[in-house]
Amino acid sequence: MLDYSNILSKKVQTIKPSGIRKFFDLLGERKDVISLTVGEPDFMTPYHIREVGIESLEKGRTFYTSNNGILELRSEICNYLNRRFGLTYNPKDEVIVTVGGSEAIDLGVRALIEPGDEVIIPQPSFVCYGPIVELAHGVPVYIETREEDNFKLTPEALKAAITPRTKLLILPFPNNPTGAILTRDELEAIAAVLRGTNIMVMSDEIYAELTYGIKHTSIATLDGMWERTITISGFSKAYAMTGWRLGYLAAPKELVTQMHKIHQYAIMCAPTVSQLAAIEALQNGDADIEMMAAEYNRRRKYILNGLRKIGIECFEAEGAFYVFPHIGKFGLSSDEFCQRLLDEKGVAIVPGTAFGDCGEGFARISYAYSVEHITTALDKLAEFTSTL
Amino acid sequence: MKNNNTQNFEFLTLLENDARLTPEQLSVMLDKDVGDIKRQMTAYEKDGVILGYKTLVDWDKTDREYVTALIELKVAPQRDRGFDKVAEKIYNYPEVKSLYLMSGSFDLAVFIEGRTMKEVAYFVAQKLAPIDSIVATATHFVLRKYKDKGTVYGPCEIDQRGTL
Repeated sequence: MLDYSNILSKKVQTIKPSGIRKFFDLLGERKDVISLTVGEPDFMTPYHIREVGIESLEKGRTFYTSNNGILELRSEICNYLNRRFGLTYNPKDEVIVTVGGSEAIDLGVRALIEPGDEVIIPQPSFVCYGPIVELAHGVPVYIETREEDNFKLTPEALKAAITPRTKLLILPFPNNPTGAILTRDELEAIAAVLRGTNIMVMSDEIYAELTYGIKHTSIATLDGMWERTITISGFSKAYAMTGWRLGYLAAPKELVTQMHKIHQYAIMCAPTVSQLAAIEALQNGDADIEMMAAEYNRRRKYILNGLRKIGIECFEAEGAFYVFPHIGKFGLSSDEFCQRLLDEKGVAIVPGTAFGDCGEGFARISYAYSVEHITTALDKLAEFTSTL
Repeated sequence: MKNNNTQNFEFLTLLENDARLTPEQLSVMLDKDVGDIKRQMTAYEKDGVILGYKTLVDWDKTDREYVTALIELKVAPQRDRGFDKVAEKIYNYPEVKSLYLMSGSFDLAVFIEGRTMKEVAYFVAQKLAPIDSIVATATHFVLRKYKDKGTVYGPCEIDQRGTL
């Protein structure tokens, strides 16, 4: 029998599997679970978008596209970024269409990071940043965002984390799992710390369309930031297209030229059917975004109100489709709380620790579910907390 | 009286999609006082903007025997009353589930429900066809309902997220 531990890369072996996935595995085959765990829209992809995908298959458009994506799609992405967020990119050489936002994150990190380079990552945040940095032999430097700061990255915390080895700041706002956003003024304060340094920014704006009450600001629109920013987004959240696996990055040509090589050798191109459907999404999907965002907003208000009514404090999430309530007061760790809630009431939520150690005392609850489903889960959550 | 308030359209659309939403739930979701929501609902009910709260039932999943038919009617409109008089006569039959005035090759579209095809056929022959201003009828039986009031009829949807 081969000793695989001596054969496999040491680096890969040290990487931990995703904490969210761990919790999904716990749910296993249980059919009776009322889940509020899922990180994807409950809407189906709008039919006019699906229809274009279907037609493309019927017409046999099943070939590779150019590495960076169909030029028409890249043009539409640039139009969209300009129309919605005031960003300016050239479709010819400043955009790569990727396999989900995740590939774009990987490309950016791999193109920038030398062994030992430090990457600042605010936490709690999505699970992929640290492992991707480690796989590139970089060093993740986590900044804890706090409930008392509304889970925002503060310029003071950023300044304190910067060292001569700092290469990159990952900016995951609107944030999964907290639902925190950064306003233009708050981003301006972050930008003020970065100007005059060589630190790059990777702005993961996958939830940019899902902000409530305040329009999302892209950091690359601020003075001096365009040249140091990789803007990442995709179709999964805004257009309910998770399974199509389609994202993109936009950045200065000099960066795109290098990221293009990694993408070219590792991926070749994003799926053609998804790219064609995405053109339709960008050309005719603004109303879909508005409809879905309005629905999420109603559910956000409903779930925040429901949690508070049963005595669970919760920071006022302003983006994405998650709330991140404080469950620490019940005297259980996040893992214990979620495990017992699952065992005793059949309700599944994700422990905050899945998103970083500083998520202890919190849990992520997704509201990408019907009001009826949320109501049932809240009732059971109330029953559970009343026993603690 | 017509109401063009956008917020009220949102309110009505929410209720149209889910009549079980309570005034308390609506008040949270719409940032409105629950008393205002209740008053608004009562006003809409009084004005006939809200006509009822019904349940979508897929009878095909039960043992109930029934048939539905669409009857196209060509109608000679009456002086001064147009189609209204004949429409009123038709919609008063409890067998008539829906009635629409149409543009195109026929005038009235009548949806009828009965226990058997024969019962529906008799209804058309004995009740509708003899009405003076009705010039012609064409009966089409519904074989299967795929979608009604925005809802797809068929197997229950299962949340596939996180399970694929």
